Amino acid sequence: MSARVLRWLLLGALALFLAAPLIIVAGVSVNEKQSLDFPPRGFSLAWYLEIFTNREWRNALWASLGLAACSAALAVAVAFPLAWFGWRRIAPWTKVLQLLGVAPFVLPPVITALGLLTFWATTGFYGQAWTAVISHATFFVTLPLVTLTLGFASIDRPVVEAAATMGADDATILRTVVLPLILPYVISGYAFTFVLSLNEYIIAYMTVGFTLETLPIKIFNALRYGYTPTMASVTVLFISLAAVVFGLISRHGDLPHLLGAPAAERD
Amino acid sequence: MRREPPRRLADYAPLVFPGLMLLVFFVVPFGTMTAVSFFRRQQGGFYTPDFVLDNYGRFLSPFFGNVLLFSILLAVAVALACVALALPFTFTLSRMARRTQVLWLVAMLSVLSLSEVIIGFAWSTLLSRTAGITNILVALGLMESPRALVPSLGAVLTAMIYQALPYTVLVMYPALVRLDPTLLEAARTLGASPLRAFFNVVVPALRNTLVATVIMVFVFALGSYLLPQILGRPTHWTLSVLITDQAVYQSNMPFSAAMAVFLVLLSLALVGLTVLVGRKDDGQ
Amino acid sequence: MSGLEVEELSKRFGAFTAVDRVSLNVPKGSFVCLLGPSGCGKTTLLRMVAGLEEPSEGRVRLEGEDMTSTPTHQRNIGMVFQSLALFTHLSVGQNIAYALRIRGIAREAQDKRAQELLEMVHLGGFADRPVAKLSGGQRQRVAIARALAHSPRLFLLDEPLSALDAKLREAMQVELRQLQQSLGITTVVVTHDQREAMTMADLVVVMGEGRVRQAATPIEVYRNPADAFVAGFIGSTNLLPVTRAADGAALLWGSPVDGLAMPAELASGVLSVRPEDVHLQAAGTGTLDARITFVRDLGATVETFLCTNDTTFISVASPRERGPFSVGHTVGVSLPATRCLVFAA
Repeated sequence: MSARVLRWLLLGALALFLAAPLIIVAGVSVNEKQSLDFPPRGFSLAWYLEIFTNREWRNALWASLGLAACSAALAVAVAFPLAWFGWRRIAPWTKVLQLLGVAPFVLPPVITALGLLTFWATTGFYGQAWTAVISHATFFVTLPLVTLTLGFASIDRPVVEAAATMGADDATILRTVVLPLILPYVISGYAFTFVLSLNEYIIAYMTVGFTLETLPIKIFNALRYGYTPTMASVTVLFISLAAVVFGLISRHGDLPHLLGAPAAERD
Repeated sequence: MRREPPRRLADYAPLVFPGLMLLVFFVVPFGTMTAVSFFRRQQGGFYTPDFVLDNYGRFLSPFFGNVLLFSILLAVAVALACVALALPFTFTLSRMARRTQVLWLVAMLSVLSLSEVIIGFAWSTLLSRTAGITNILVALGLMESPRALVPSLGAVLTAMIYQALPYTVLVMYPALVRLDPTLLEAARTLGASPLRAFFNVVVPALRNTLVATVIMVFVFALGSYLLPQILGRPTHWTLSVLITDQAVYQSNMPFSAAMAVFLVLLSLALVGLTVLVGRKDDGQ
Repeated sequence: MSGLEVEELSKRFGAFTAVDRVSLNVPKGSFVCLLGPSGCGKTTLLRMVAGLEEPSEGRVRLEGEDMTSTPTHQRNIGMVFQSLALFTHLSVGQNIAYALRIRGIAREAQDKRAQELLEMVHLGGFADRPVAKLSGGQRQRVAIARALAHSPRLFLLDEPLSALDAKLREAMQVELRQLQQSLGITTVVVTHDQREAMTMADLVVVMGEGRVRQAATPIEVYRNPADAFVAGFIGSTNLLPVTRAADGAALLWGSPVDGLAMPAELASGVLSVRPEDVHLQAAGTGTLDARITFVRDLGATVETFLCTNDTTFISVASPRERGPFSVGHTVGVSLPATRCLVFAA
């Protein structure tokens, strides 16, 4: 019996630890006046509207969404052929390329950010918006690479072979059999990258921070130069969005499997 | 569509785009960064292409030595604390029903997706005077008046643990979820209480996983560029903070690049170590 | 004296009942097999006895002591898991001595006892060997030795031989039985292999859908199955539909089976007759006629597939006893009443 109590204590303590800052931030976000108070004084959802009505915050929102959407697409575009090749062909040195694909994510983001900064500065494109898209895509390519590799590995070979015996050539098999099966993994890879790109600060800052303000950059500037509860409401928005996206992925796919657990047994 | 080695040159076509992208936008930037680390810094924030070792020479200063030592100690503390906290939690998680696991995993991923800026903001709020937990303690009568708990080393440490904990859980998760449940049960039938069985049997079986996780979290913690700055005093600045500061505010790109190169080499060495540890596990 | 007693033991998972009010009394020192198809609840029952699952209802008693709320590690049992669950970070000897180490026994005594057990399972020199280097059969023995090191009063095994190849499995069945007899320890084995149960057990408990269908000696279960399920599970049998005639005789598709009466309470039912009791003779003689659709000649025995009224059933006989009948022939089938059993459907 005490094991069960211990378990509940452990889970409760951890849940509290993880949620505490977010609860405070949520509370701060509904302050009526522009003050950093908890428990909140007054109740107002005005700061959530701020995100959309205030021109600066709105622009930052659009910038973040645009950056996330484009860089996630590019990351998937880079990862897909790589994962496909690894599945289709036996070539021992694809491991090297795949390692290269994993590397950006394993190293501290500061390093990648600085490297990209020197690169864009050297090539003369420093500060242009599209450099942020490429920068994010390169940094996050690991995510769709991992999900797609997993997805390809889970394709039952006999299914592909059966299609071949029925007369489908490679292109047809790709179009009619492989793509439909791999689509959920493409989507989850895209979604992961989208959410992380939305939140990403240092790379965006170092590459285009002076010309383009994304939401995280704006929050940081607000931290330094002028506090406003909109920072808190953006935070709440972000984490809610993340939870919704990940929740959707888990609903339509096998989230534990994507994170390393054995595939769920099919009923 | 058999799985076969590539035969014609055209078979390599799929690799062209990703290969090019990764080469140009990942490998080359490291090249430019390394090159910049040898450049000469000019007044006013510019730098001229050159080959000097001045920037690396600054590594030998006591100031740098202190920052490096502090960064390493802090990252070690974070790594050990996170692994110690995450182990019982992830173990419990891996034994729960799949649906419950999914809920927790979604929570972990959501917290993990938060940028360091937001975590810094959230914790500075949590530990502030006007909105922080001290207000709750005052309300409960345990404290007289609210107090700011930032800036302090404790704040930095706590926030970094907060940042790294979901990462630690997700790194440990695959190994723990694949752990044979009958190992623990066998130990219990042999007379070990569940707690004792956990330490006698489960932890040794996970030895390599735990070592690899500590290393991975250490590298992760080394990368905190903002939390020490927002929540701590200048004495609490780490290497990553210095890199960011030198690059952006002090306009000293070469020195920043040199530190970054150093950090890359350190990280790669450690990750290589992790892979070796992992391979030793497979070989058994 | 009772070695193990379970009383009205049940386990429910939500709406699904895995074990349904099972009561058993296992005499001390006997060898019991829980036998049944997958999903019948036998493993869940074993795990409740071990304390690894909490019963929804009922009680568990070991040698008279109520253990229902005692945690596993205090029950003094020995268990061998299907996966064997050997500790790969310990050597063979350390695995075996684990229970003693936990109990604080001195190192020398640990080593001595481990050596004793290794001799008992014929692995004398293996004490320092790492677990990873053992063969399947050797790991099996280590698991058994480990479970017995602390002289438990109950020995539980969950499908212990399922991972072994056929020949090794048969050899281990005999060894396991001999080991148990020399130690005199109350033993419960879960298996889905009825031949295994017949070889090793003093008492066979046939389970289906969470309930005990029959608990008796192996030969009793074979000769006098309690119902159609047990008859079908133990050995092979033919199950044919019978109805009641006006005079109470059993009618097989309208033809009376000589000397066989329907049980008083049944208007219709299922007749169980083993293939070796189905005799072939000239057409027109015997209980009924059937056409031969397939013959399987296995050398030592011949299996004949017979079909009538859209039902196929099998006769087995040695080549000498069987007449010269081949596929396509119509033959007479004779069913001796003493070898037929009638059950509710």
